[in-house]
Amino acid sequence: MKRDKKGKGAAQNGGLLAAVPQRSFGDRLLKDFKGNWSLYLMVLIPVTYLIIFCYIPMTGIQLAFKEYRVSDGIWGSPWVGLYNFKRFFKSYKFVMLLKNTILINVYSLVVGFPIPIIFALMLNYLRMKKFKKTIQMLSYAPYFISTVVMSGMIIIFLDPNTGVINKVLELLGFEAMNFMGEAKYFKSIYVWSSVWQGMGWASIIYIAALSGVDYQLHEAAIVDGASKLQRIFHVDLPSIKPTIIMLLILQIGSLMSVGFEKVFLLQNQLNMSSSDVLSTYVYRVGLVDNDYGYSTAVGLFNSLINMFLLISANMIAKRTTNESLW
Amino acid sequence: MEKNIEKRAANKAHKKLISADKTFDVANVVIMILLFFIFAWPLWFVVIASFSDPGEVWRGNVILFPKGFSIDSYTEILKYKEIWIGYRNTIFYTVVGTVINLFMTVCMAYPLSRKKFMPKNILMVLCMITMYFGGGLIPSYLVVKNLHMIDTVWAMMIPGCLSVYNMIIMRSYFVNSIPDSLEEAATLDGAGPVQYLVKVVLPLSKPVIAVIALYYMVGHWNDFFSALIYVNDKNLLPLQTFLRNLLVTNTVGNVSQTQNLNPELLQKKIYLAQTIKYSAIIVSTLPVLCIYPFVQKYFVKGVMIGAIKG
Repeated sequence: MKRDKKGKGAAQNGGLLAAVPQRSFGDRLLKDFKGNWSLYLMVLIPVTYLIIFCYIPMTGIQLAFKEYRVSDGIWGSPWVGLYNFKRFFKSYKFVMLLKNTILINVYSLVVGFPIPIIFALMLNYLRMKKFKKTIQMLSYAPYFISTVVMSGMIIIFLDPNTGVINKVLELLGFEAMNFMGEAKYFKSIYVWSSVWQGMGWASIIYIAALSGVDYQLHEAAIVDGASKLQRIFHVDLPSIKPTIIMLLILQIGSLMSVGFEKVFLLQNQLNMSSSDVLSTYVYRVGLVDNDYGYSTAVGLFNSLINMFLLISANMIAKRTTNESLW
Repeated sequence: MEKNIEKRAANKAHKKLISADKTFDVANVVIMILLFFIFAWPLWFVVIASFSDPGEVWRGNVILFPKGFSIDSYTEILKYKEIWIGYRNTIFYTVVGTVINLFMTVCMAYPLSRKKFMPKNILMVLCMITMYFGGGLIPSYLVVKNLHMIDTVWAMMIPGCLSVYNMIIMRSYFVNSIPDSLEEAATLDGAGPVQYLVKVVLPLSKPVIAVIALYYMVGHWNDFFSALIYVNDKNLLPLQTFLRNLLVTNTVGNVSQTQNLNPELLQKKIYLAQTIKYSAIIVSTLPVLCIYPFVQKYFVKGVMIGAIKG
């Protein structure tokens, strides 16, 4: 849709250009500048910001191929070729980091993606208006809890001695468990708590899409004798398919970028073997151990995989369903 | 006769359908009630635990209802100097940071929304690239360091002061919701682009500005990452860092066994150390909780505007 608009704009410009071919690009720019100088001035501020805080760091990626020396700075430090990458690939942590990053993300995707859709569909068929409003409002609330408070709540609730979850387990006759102290529980805790926090918010978009479904389609289905479940599968889901695919591509694109903060906060010595991911490793070797070149190399490796995933997800979606981000 | 059979068959099918739908409705309501408890209980528990008697909470007697009203944990938490410093700093970062955010966002979104602004397409590409690609942690850190912003308030507000995503939301609002005829009229009256922005566009864009301001504000209030990376100075730390030390790493508020206290008092302190955590959560989340019911419709609106544009 965006593309179309741009295309049209370009075509119009082309038409205008054809009518006045004698003007050079420089002339037109100068004229535009004279008419719109205040706009240029205005845009200069955010553009300066983008250059300093987004584009200059991009030039810093060369650190991945260098050995950083404080006295020489980024540009003056000596090149070391692929040394940092080789070190990372040979490190005993490489397989573990990659495995944890992928597993946590795939788990999040498989659980976290369909649940908001199901939630939105169920809300859509809920007849009690007041109850519907209440549960909707309640389900958005956890989204505004900060990551620190969320992680804190998880740790306090799951405490082996005083945590309320363990108290309830004991009441029901089970034994208390040290959830945060055992590596095998980490991924489930991470994923399901994120579902609790994000499912209401993520469902908003689907609720909006569902409210846009043409009611005549539902009426036709009812006349044909379709049950509610059949209407979900044959009317609702096909109607919101474009929204679902768009969000799926976006999710796959960010598959490798686990939220750093929550993993970092929930990490401890006991669950490290299943909670250490690429982003926390980048932070640790970079800002704790001050191994700048190596950290940048690991970070670059991570974002290259991200780019690859996003581009392939987009391509697959384009081929199979004709929907795509760009 | 035949008609009758047909009618009966149709009736049967109809009844079957009704019973299928009934099962669906009942299951739906049951699951929703369950979800209601899943969403509400953790939040409810934090509230009741913070107001209950610390000993009862420690022994696990508080699960669904508060027991033994006490506000000791609140009086105790407010004795921490760090929480006051954190509160002050976070309010400052939220207010000033959001003003900077909005200024930057308008400065980018408005020129990009003008049809006759020549470099708008290339600037749009410049913005979009930063959404998908960045320098990463260390290169960004070094830029902030070279600008001598480490351990200053600016490190908490300047990096990340323009969200391209929010900028695109605002731009599409400017393009789609403000009629072009207004600009023609303003130009005829002799208004320049800046005058038109201040006098016409901004007053008409209150809804989108409110939404984006709220997004930025919640972002600042909950921000913990910037402080982790850029700030060590105790006087500049935000509330979230204090909360991390209290809730996650237990470096504040811990009761050491070696303190010379009689056993009973020590026991009380240990009980209190746990309920303090709940009251800290309440105290720090209070502002967000208070404004939440009033603004939640705007948040929803924001998601919609963003979604439409994709």
